[in-house]
Amino acid sequence: MSTTTQKRSLGTVIWDYMTTVDHKKVGVLYLLFGGIFFLMAGLQALIIRTQLMTPENDFVSAGLYNELITMHGTNMLFLAAMPLFFGLMNYVMPLQIGARDLAFPFLNGLGVWLFIFGGLLMNSSWFFGGAPDAGWTNYAPLSVQSPGHGINFYVLGLQLAGAGTIMTGINFIATIVLMRGPGMTYMRMPLFTWTTLVTSILILFAFPAFTIALFLMQFDRMFDSAFFDIALGGNSVIWQHLFWIMGHPEVYILVLPAFGIFSEVIPTFSKKRLFGYTAMVFATFLIAFLGFMVWAHHMFTVGLGPVANALFAIGTMAIAVPTGIKIFNWLLTMWGGSIKITTPMLYALGFIPSFTIGGMTGVMLGSTVADYQFHDTYFVVAHFHYVIIGGSVFGILAAVHYWWPLMFNRMLSEKLGKLEFWLFFSGFHLTFFIQHFLGLMGMPRRYWVFLENQELDLGNLISTLGSYLMGLAVIVLLINVVTSYFKGPAPRDPWDGRSLEWSVPNPTPYYNFKYTPLTRGLDPLWIEKMEGDGKIKPAEPLHDIHMPHGSILPFLISLGFTIASFGFIYQLDGPHGRILIYIGMAFAIGCMIVRSLKDDYGYNIPKEELEKEDD
Amino acid sequence: MSHQEAIGRNAHKIDPNNIPAEPARATAEGKHKHLGIWIFLGSETVLFASLFGTYIALKNSTAGGPTTQELYGLELVFLMTLLLLTSSLTSVYAIYHMKNNNFKKMQLWMGITGLLGLAFLGCEIYEFAHYITDYGFTFRSSAFGSAFYALVGFHGGHVIFGLSWLIVLMARNAKRGLDTYNAPKYNTFALYWHFIDVVWVFIFTVVYLMGMVG
Repeated sequence: MSTTTQKRSLGTVIWDYMTTVDHKKVGVLYLLFGGIFFLMAGLQALIIRTQLMTPENDFVSAGLYNELITMHGTNMLFLAAMPLFFGLMNYVMPLQIGARDLAFPFLNGLGVWLFIFGGLLMNSSWFFGGAPDAGWTNYAPLSVQSPGHGINFYVLGLQLAGAGTIMTGINFIATIVLMRGPGMTYMRMPLFTWTTLVTSILILFAFPAFTIALFLMQFDRMFDSAFFDIALGGNSVIWQHLFWIMGHPEVYILVLPAFGIFSEVIPTFSKKRLFGYTAMVFATFLIAFLGFMVWAHHMFTVGLGPVANALFAIGTMAIAVPTGIKIFNWLLTMWGGSIKITTPMLYALGFIPSFTIGGMTGVMLGSTVADYQFHDTYFVVAHFHYVIIGGSVFGILAAVHYWWPLMFNRMLSEKLGKLEFWLFFSGFHLTFFIQHFLGLMGMPRRYWVFLENQELDLGNLISTLGSYLMGLAVIVLLINVVTSYFKGPAPRDPWDGRSLEWSVPNPTPYYNFKYTPLTRGLDPLWIEKMEGDGKIKPAEPLHDIHMPHGSILPFLISLGFTIASFGFIYQLDGPHGRILIYIGMAFAIGCMIVRSLKDDYGYNIPKEELEKEDD
Repeated sequence: MSHQEAIGRNAHKIDPNNIPAEPARATAEGKHKHLGIWIFLGSETVLFASLFGTYIALKNSTAGGPTTQELYGLELVFLMTLLLLTSSLTSVYAIYHMKNNNFKKMQLWMGITGLLGLAFLGCEIYEFAHYITDYGFTFRSSAFGSAFYALVGFHGGHVIFGLSWLIVLMARNAKRGLDTYNAPKYNTFALYWHFIDVVWVFIFTVVYLMGMVG
């Protein structure tokens, strides 16, 4: 298996991925489709910036502009950033804790296909009469009254993807709690595993609120209910609350995994253990806890009253404390270390000042009185791009370069990687730094044009040019990925790593670990390198390894729900919509019953076969 | 760990002379499912909390239609509460017999659980039909109507799902009997069913009792 690579036809490979329940292949699927949605959302951003390059530009129409900003935001947050993190977690987290798969491999397959179909469903709206156009926040009553089917695609696409997200969150929690290898106590877990756990807890409690919000929206738009209909006593602020009860924790869902990644990258390239490990773990929990308490700071101007505003303002500013703990711990990890500048390390170094700027403007926005000035201006746009790009996207790019040899058995070129970093880093600051000032000068967000000679011309031009640099950086990354394929296999453990994932052979065997690995402390591989022979000790003698069977059912169940979703979108237009609902639901439920009726005991890899493999 | 488990149906048989204390958690998969369903119920709690919040915000937005005091009658709701609470108890009996490796009695009590759930569902359908035909109180008549049917209907939907689950579960295992492969399936169902029951206790209190006092 590991030494002889068989040539397989493309059809076999595709079928393999369609039926896989292997956490590594599911992770690759998340990365692939998350990457595709990332490219699409990035292109949409470039069109937005091109429209805003000059005053009163008519590159796109006002309606199309609304669709573009909506799809850019929704794609980036729900279908690009989150799935990219999910891909990394899926691949790396079980390897970091010494597990052979997730707790529920079948559910993992279902989660990824629900995400893929949900994302494709929402993005197919472009071909079915227009994309959603009420912004990624989709506020009622604007969204309820938006004509056409665009918002329906938003509702059902995110409903499917959200269901998959919750499933995967449950899966990660159960895996980390139950499947840590011998010696892998909680306080020996790598920080990336910790943030995966905490992020999953956030998902678990945040996303159901959004599920309900989407249901209410669906009922109002498709079944004439009155949740957001003022004439019948409805209340559109309910949407805002439910949306932000998910939406604010979502910000931490996106940034905590990046914190985890940097907490892996910085110690590896500083050759020091993470400074303040315990404080890092508790800061992660504190951020998550506070993250649930502050959703209404997105609603300061709604008129919730001074008491509510003051409480949410204090809560918001309090988050700066655990975040500050993290920033100082990263700095102190580097202090006195022997630092090696690689592409992942460059992203980590770029992240610290960039994210701190985003955090600072966050504290400014958290001040209620000042927020009345900042609200809905480009200051807000600049702020959240500083945290999402400066935090999450830098984290994703660092992780892609860092774990690429592990995941794809190829090294990405360091030369191209560094070029990519400098293009992306300078482009990012060029695009968004100036937007703080545009916002302070009064430029409102989400407007498709601005007027000439209001001192906004130069700033917008600079911003647009910066966004092109970021586009270039992504092209460099793609070239890097393609050219790396033609290079030879990557060496094992190329970065001189510290945690268990670097102890497995390259490419990772489908059963992960031949021997159950024994963890003797924090940074287990580093301990073995310093005190042992550099090899992880087996915790027990070689045994048969129990593996789950692959299945096409996750794909089919998701397909059924997608067909039904199309039915819901079109059910007001006549009977064909309702027919689609029945067909899709019957198909999905039928597949679920098949899953229930069949006994699936999995299979064993015999000990004798394992003995032939390399360690 | 999983490698100590042999493969296939025979490996999951329960030895009548040496019944595991927790047949539902005798295998690694059983342990995973036990924790997994608890985590899932945690997210379900937020799901219902959001619906409760929406309902509380909108319960007086009657738009000139019937109010909570005009609609609710405690007699039927009392009967429904009785039915569902009892069904929770009978599912406990079923799990008790599972631990004694008595498959027939487990199926019997699970069947009774299902019948009680079905009776509950019948009452709920009667209640909804009563509101619609006698009061013209529908999903579309006011924001209160939307919120009421969404919350109580979501719970009813969970009951329907639970009953379908139970029927498939009982049918699939009728010939197989009890082993450590399907014991976790009954266990997760029972936990889900208790959760549905707990949610109803909250609906009974927040919707009906608080609705009676205004």
